[in-house]
Amino acid sequence: MRNGLRTTALFSLLVSILIVLSLVFEAVTFLNGIKISWLWGDQWAPPFNEYDLKTPLVGSLIVTGIAMVVAVPIGLASAIYLSEYAKPITRKWLKPVLEILAGIPSVVLGFFALRWVTPNIVQQINPQAPGFTLAAAGIGVGILTIPLIASVSEDALSAVPNSLREASSGLGAKRVTTTIKITIPAAISGLVAALIIGISRAIGETMVVFLAAGGGGNQAQFTTSAFDSGTVVTAAMAATTAPSDRLSEGVALQSLYFLGLLLFIITLLLNLIADRFVRRVRIIY
Amino acid sequence: MALSTLNSGAEHAREKIVRELQGTRFDISGFIFRFSLIFGLGSGVLILGAVMWDVVGDGSGFLFDRGWEFLTGNASSRANSYGIFEGLRGTFWIGVFVVVFAFPLGVGAAIYLEEYASDSRLTRFIELNIRNLAGVPSVVYGVLGLAIFVRALDGFYPNSIDRHLGSTTAAAGATLAILVLPIVIITASEAIRAVPQSLREGGFGVGATKWEVIRHHVLPYAAPGIFTGTLLSLARALGEAAPLILIGGVLGSLGPKSSLLELEQLGERFTAMPLMITQLAKKPAFIGDWNSATAAAILVLLVVVIAANLIAICLRNHYERKRS
Repeated sequence: MRNGLRTTALFSLLVSILIVLSLVFEAVTFLNGIKISWLWGDQWAPPFNEYDLKTPLVGSLIVTGIAMVVAVPIGLASAIYLSEYAKPITRKWLKPVLEILAGIPSVVLGFFALRWVTPNIVQQINPQAPGFTLAAAGIGVGILTIPLIASVSEDALSAVPNSLREASSGLGAKRVTTTIKITIPAAISGLVAALIIGISRAIGETMVVFLAAGGGGNQAQFTTSAFDSGTVVTAAMAATTAPSDRLSEGVALQSLYFLGLLLFIITLLLNLIADRFVRRVRIIY
Repeated sequence: MALSTLNSGAEHAREKIVRELQGTRFDISGFIFRFSLIFGLGSGVLILGAVMWDVVGDGSGFLFDRGWEFLTGNASSRANSYGIFEGLRGTFWIGVFVVVFAFPLGVGAAIYLEEYASDSRLTRFIELNIRNLAGVPSVVYGVLGLAIFVRALDGFYPNSIDRHLGSTTAAAGATLAILVLPIVIITASEAIRAVPQSLREGGFGVGATKWEVIRHHVLPYAAPGIFTGTLLSLARALGEAAPLILIGGVLGSLGPKSSLLELEQLGERFTAMPLMITQLAKKPAFIGDWNSATAAAILVLLVVVIAANLIAICLRNHYERKRS
C-alpha cells in the first residue's frame, strides 16, 4: 500500500519534469529555427515569421497593471472588512459570495469584458476605443483576481493573534488605529504574498484576454496604449493553435513553446517568492 | 504658578479622557476607513451581481424559448438553431476523466504525504513542487498536453497528414486531470491534516495496522473535506478553456452526431462547453441572436459550475459547524 501511494506522490514530480522538458526542447528548436533579429520588430505574427517579443510582454504588463489597480483595493478592502469588522453572521453570508466569484470560469468573464465592460466602461472613458482593448481585458482579469487576493489576504489577517488587537485596544486605540497600525503591519508578509499571487494569476490568465483584447486572430501590433487591441503572452499562445484563416505550422507553431517557457519561468519565480512570504507568516505566529 | 499649570494640565487631561470614554466626539477617520472598506466589498458583490444579471438577462429568454432543443441540438451556423449538445458531451467526458484519474491519484498522494512520508528532503521537495504546480498557468498545461498526449497519440496514425488526429477527447480529459491534480492533493492534504491525532492513537491502541487506521479512522473523518476539495477542482476543470484550445479542441461543430455515452468518441476530436462559448463570443454581436445564444450557453455552464461550488461550500460549512 505504502509503495503504491508513494508512486502517486512521485507522479507530481513526473508532471513537472515533463512540463519543463517539453517546454525547453521545443523552445530551443524554435530559437534554432529563427533568426534572433526576428524577435525584435513591431508585431507578434507567427504566420508571417514576426516574433516581436516586446508585443506580448508589454501587453502582459499593461493588462496585469490594470488588473491589479482593479483587484488590489477591492480584494484588500473585502479582506480587512471580513476579518476585522464583519459580524460573524455577515461573514457567513459574504464569504460564499466571494467564493462563487472565484468559481466563475474565466471564459464567462471574457464574454463579460467583451460585451459589457467594453461598451459601458472602456468606451465611456475613451470614445475612440475599438471593440477589443487591453483595458477591457485588464478589468476582466482584475475581476477574476479579486477573490484570490481577498482570500489570501484574509488568511494572513486572521493569522494575526487576537492578543495583539486586545493589547492595542487596551491602550485606548480606536479600531481603525488598531487595524492600520497593528494588524496590517503584523500581517504584511501575507499581504505581500497575496499581491504576488494575484500578479502571477493575472499574468497566467488566458481566456479573458483572448476574447476581449485580441482583434486580428494570430497577429497583434506592438502598442503601449491600453486603449488599443493587443495581445499578451498567454493569449498569443492560444491564438497560435486556435483555428483561424492562417494556421501556424513548423517554426510558427513552436513559438508557443517559447512563450510558454517564458511564462513558466515568470510565474514560477513569482510563486516561489510568494511561498517564502506565506511561510514567514506561519513561522512568526 | 507652577502648581496651577500642573493642576490645569491634569484637569485638561481628565476632561479629554472623559470625553474619549463617553465617545461624544465623532470618529471621522474610523468612519471614513470603515466606509471605504464597505465600499470595496460592496463593489466586489456588485460586480458579481452585474456579471450574473448581464448573463441571466441576455440568456434566460433564449434558453427558455429553445429549451430542450438548445441542450440536445448540434452547433449550427444560425443562432436560432444553435445547440450545445456536443459541448455538453465533451464537458461530461472531461468530468469523467477528472473523477477517474485525478481523484484517486490526488487523494493517494495526499495520504502518502500526510500519513506515510517521513520529513525527508525528497518529501519537502515534492510538497514544494506540488504547491508550484498549483500556481502554473492553465495554458502551460495545454502545452504539456500538446507535447505529450497529442503528439504521442498522433503516433497511432502514422499515415495521416492531419496534425489534429491526436487532439481527442481522451487527450483533453487527461490534460485537465493533470491540471487539477495539484489542487486535489493540496485540499485532500489539508483535510487529512485536520484529523485529530487522538483518533489515530485510538486506532493503534486497539491494535489496528497503519492501513486499517487510515482506512477506518482517518479517511472517514477527512471525507467531507476531501469531497469538498475534489468538487471544487471538478468545477475548475469543467470551466477551463485555454488548455483545450492549445491541444486543438474544435471551436464549433464536430459533424456526425454520436450519443453521450459512446466510448468510441474518446478517440475522436472533441469540443467542450467553454470552447463553444469562446466560439460564440467571437461571433459579431450585431448579427442575429448570437449574443443571446452565448449568454444562454454561459448560463448552462454557470449552473453546472456554481452548483458544484455551492454544494462544496455548504458541505464545508455544515461540517465546520458540527465539529467546532
